[in-house]
Amino acid sequence: MAAIEELKKFIDKTDEPYIMEVEKGAIKRYAEAIGDPNPIYHDEEYARTSKHGTIISPPGFFGWPVKSRPHLSGVRKELLEAIMKAGYKRLLDGGSEFDFLLPVRAGDTLAASGRIADVYEREGKAGKLMFAVTETTYINQNGDRVANVRSTLVCS
Amino acid sequence: MAKEIYWEDVEAGNEVTPLPKIPTTQMLVKWAGASGDFNPAHYEDAFANSQGLERAYVHGQLKRAWLCQLMTDWIGKQGMLKTLSCQFRAVDWPRRMKTMEEPQEGDTWWCKGTVTKKYIEGDEHFVDCDIWVENAKGEKTTPGKATVVLPFKGLS
Repeated sequence: MAAIEELKKFIDKTDEPYIMEVEKGAIKRYAEAIGDPNPIYHDEEYARTSKHGTIISPPGFFGWPVKSRPHLSGVRKELLEAIMKAGYKRLLDGGSEFDFLLPVRAGDTLAASGRIADVYEREGKAGKLMFAVTETTYINQNGDRVANVRSTLVCS
Repeated sequence: MAKEIYWEDVEAGNEVTPLPKIPTTQMLVKWAGASGDFNPAHYEDAFANSQGLERAYVHGQLKRAWLCQLMTDWIGKQGMLKTLSCQFRAVDWPRRMKTMEEPQEGDTWWCKGTVTKKYIEGDEHFVDCDIWVENAKGEKTTPGKATVVLPFKGLS
């Protein structure tokens, strides 16, 4: 498929950093949605006595498209549109890799920077599959890197 | 949550305390709202059909969030989750709702893990684990790996 060559042009394209505030309410709703009752995510009294001194986010608070942007935009959106245009019908989340470097506290401001890390084809059981790998780096208001996330989209 | 565990207490082959989960259609809607992933394939059967799937299915990233909880529950307050990765190998189907609150009878999923290795790097005490989400047939639909740092009692 010639389309793969078009899609490969996205490799190494980056996004403008997206700034987001880590809100207490969003942390609470996230933990509720998972069904995680850990008080560190919602009980301020309890959180004050913890080693963090405040409510923190669950480690999995990151991901693509989750949280890196409220709606897909920038290079991810362009890539996704190009994938659709190339005729891929079925898009599945192939998996993610997370590095958790520092805790994320309620009230932190994070800058998420996205990059298209790789686009490649591989022969699968059910025919040719196309993989698109994106990388997002999260940096907090102190300039410290708090997390890296790599996600793979599988298209056929 | 379990009691605190220490690096000294853990050996390769040990089990990570299993975590049961019952995904419901209601949970998927909550997750969509909390995560910002509004892909209709997770709440509209007809749309999921058009993607070649039997019906609306559990978000991969929700399963990934469960695996994060598996690890944070196990390592307790003093431990730190350093890395986590997982692959979405097979789809899982949520239970439908019987009442506003209660799901219909059906399957329970288990998040599980085993310790593969323990080691010291610098002054941190690491433990590597194989982790996975298992369906009611015992199939690992979402295998992955995690690395944690556990507290160290030290010599006394």
